[in-house]
Amino acid sequence: MAVDNNKLIEVDDLSVKFATPDGEITAVNGLSFGLERGQTFGIVGESGSGKSQSMLALMGLLAINGRASGRALFNGEDLLSLPAQRLNRIRGNRVAMIFQDPMTSLNPYLTVERQMTEVLELHKGLTRRSALSLAISTLEQVRIPDAARRIRMYPHEFSGGMRQRIMIAMALLCQPDLLIADEPTTALDVTVQAQTMALLRDLQRDFGTAIILITHDLGVVAGLCDQVMVLYGGRIMEQGSAESIFYRPTHPYTLGLLGAVPKLDHEGDRLLAIPGVPPNMAHLPAGCPFSERCTFVMERCATQRPALRPADSPTEADDEVAVLRACHREVIEITREAERVLP
Amino acid sequence: MSVAPTPALPRRGQEQPLLAVRDLHVDFKVRGEGLLAPRRTLKAVNGVSFDLYPGETLGIVGESGCGKSTLARAILNLIPATAGKVVWMGRDMSGATPADWQQVRRNVQMVFQDPLASLNPRMNVARIIGEPLRTHRPDMADAEVLARVKAMLVKVGLAEAHLYRYPHEFSGGQCQRIGIARALILEPKLIVCDEPVSALDVSIQAQIINLLKDLQKEMQLALVFIAHDLAVVRHVSQRILVMYLGRTMELADKHDLYADPKHPYTRALLSAVPLADPRRERGKVIQMLSGDLPSPIDPPSGCVFRTRCPHAFDRCAAEIPPLKAINEHTQAACWLY
Repeated sequence: MAVDNNKLIEVDDLSVKFATPDGEITAVNGLSFGLERGQTFGIVGESGSGKSQSMLALMGLLAINGRASGRALFNGEDLLSLPAQRLNRIRGNRVAMIFQDPMTSLNPYLTVERQMTEVLELHKGLTRRSALSLAISTLEQVRIPDAARRIRMYPHEFSGGMRQRIMIAMALLCQPDLLIADEPTTALDVTVQAQTMALLRDLQRDFGTAIILITHDLGVVAGLCDQVMVLYGGRIMEQGSAESIFYRPTHPYTLGLLGAVPKLDHEGDRLLAIPGVPPNMAHLPAGCPFSERCTFVMERCATQRPALRPADSPTEADDEVAVLRACHREVIEITREAERVLP
Repeated sequence: MSVAPTPALPRRGQEQPLLAVRDLHVDFKVRGEGLLAPRRTLKAVNGVSFDLYPGETLGIVGESGCGKSTLARAILNLIPATAGKVVWMGRDMSGATPADWQQVRRNVQMVFQDPLASLNPRMNVARIIGEPLRTHRPDMADAEVLARVKAMLVKVGLAEAHLYRYPHEFSGGQCQRIGIARALILEPKLIVCDEPVSALDVSIQAQIINLLKDLQKEMQLALVFIAHDLAVVRHVSQRILVMYLGRTMELADKHDLYADPKHPYTRALLSAVPLADPRRERGKVIQMLSGDLPSPIDPPSGCVFRTRCPHAFDRCAAEIPPLKAINEHTQAACWLY
């Protein structure tokens, strides 16, 4: 794939394998995508789809038995092959990550002040005093009231929503070019989730940060993302603009996900559940990973893996980015069904 | 303490409610700050009343710490109520003995949030699902227990081949099916579901919701469905009770609650739910709540929601708004009405 200089990050054929006692498991298989400054890229999928592992691989945070292959060019440097020292200069500085549970990333033994100023002293070489004033103003940006006093508190003294905001503030301290957010609102109540989403939107507007958002919540994706990638069993099922994914899904799995979401504004009698159980990554079918649960399944789906290629149809004529899909069925078959079942 | 009058929702003519809850309070004693500080009272449930009729679903929604799970447990006496009444099929359970509750629990079962944690890892599926029968029907022959367990397993969408497997061999959705089978084996009249789908993936969540609805129809079950996801609650409930800091903010029929929410808190909650529809999600106006949830140990005076309410005025701080009927289908506790 040619390197596109407009891209902040360009991931090419990213795969993640884990060595386990039962043999090698491929958690992520051949992801490629690119992201420009100020854009938000959504990665959607259910448990075990590989969405978190792909991002941990970019950050060099895979478990010890994990191995990433492929290429991830960030400002021209390949994150996957950088020496640890160089990667440390980028992590937390140019690329930051936030997680579902803030307590996993905040040190319970240190005050918020110490955790925040440490980052600035390390990456920016600031003095303690100027680091403190920058830390306080960042906390104010994420709307922590009374930040100058509260910065001296420990993480456990904050509510869940405030901790999430503190983690976002820490991630933003160095004004990273790229923020990777792994289920950032999943543990939050809806009103706090709405605040957090608004916060991410504002920060993106003010600083032009690019965001990769991992979530299983299609509502959160709808609110924030420009581009969306749908994963299943470690592979891309469909990838395209949010508009095309939500309004013109071309893959049976995307259609299944959209149908399974209970709607706040619509009550059908039954939800369109996807039959079956989540995939066992150790025993994926030879063909399409979704074939075991797919209502459109054909004979060859179980044995021949469909290649990811542009959805060759007029439906995406008005989109800037072509829709990519991995399915043996014709696009029209899926879009017809979508028109029938989606409100 | 006076017993609250029956909420003015004259429903279903003369039919007797399966469950009537009146002015229920659950207090917890918590340690004060500092070594010698006196113990303080946390009012987890503060005067909640509702009726539930056979075959009906009552959704209970609210954010973390609003008391919805405590309320569910107090209904079953798994947590003792401090005051108020639980009337089960016309029988006031005040002063009931453990043996009396044992009787009631034949008819009321519970389904929990964490499907794996709520199943004993050392029991196989046959024992887990058969356990309530052995407890409540000790006279039943083993062959009969097994036959019923098998039938129930099929009913919840599992197979006989699963009988002698252990919980860790199942996915989250399958574990929840086992939990539902265990709750249904006694053929209860009511199931209390505490966040039964929130730990599940969306495709599996839809399976479980459909299963619950099918079984409800088939077995004439009443459900108390506790969840923080308002879209899920809309899908399963006929009536919905909205809680905030232990109190009922609004109790309304589903259609009215979603089409025309009366309480400012209900409105804020509904507007905050993200819609899986980019154009509408980006175009909508969210009623952002200011500030954080107040401490339940030290709740605001008057209306507990007033510190975050965009409409709060003087009276809200001074007096607690009673839950009152606004129309035929809706009760709300708000001084705007």
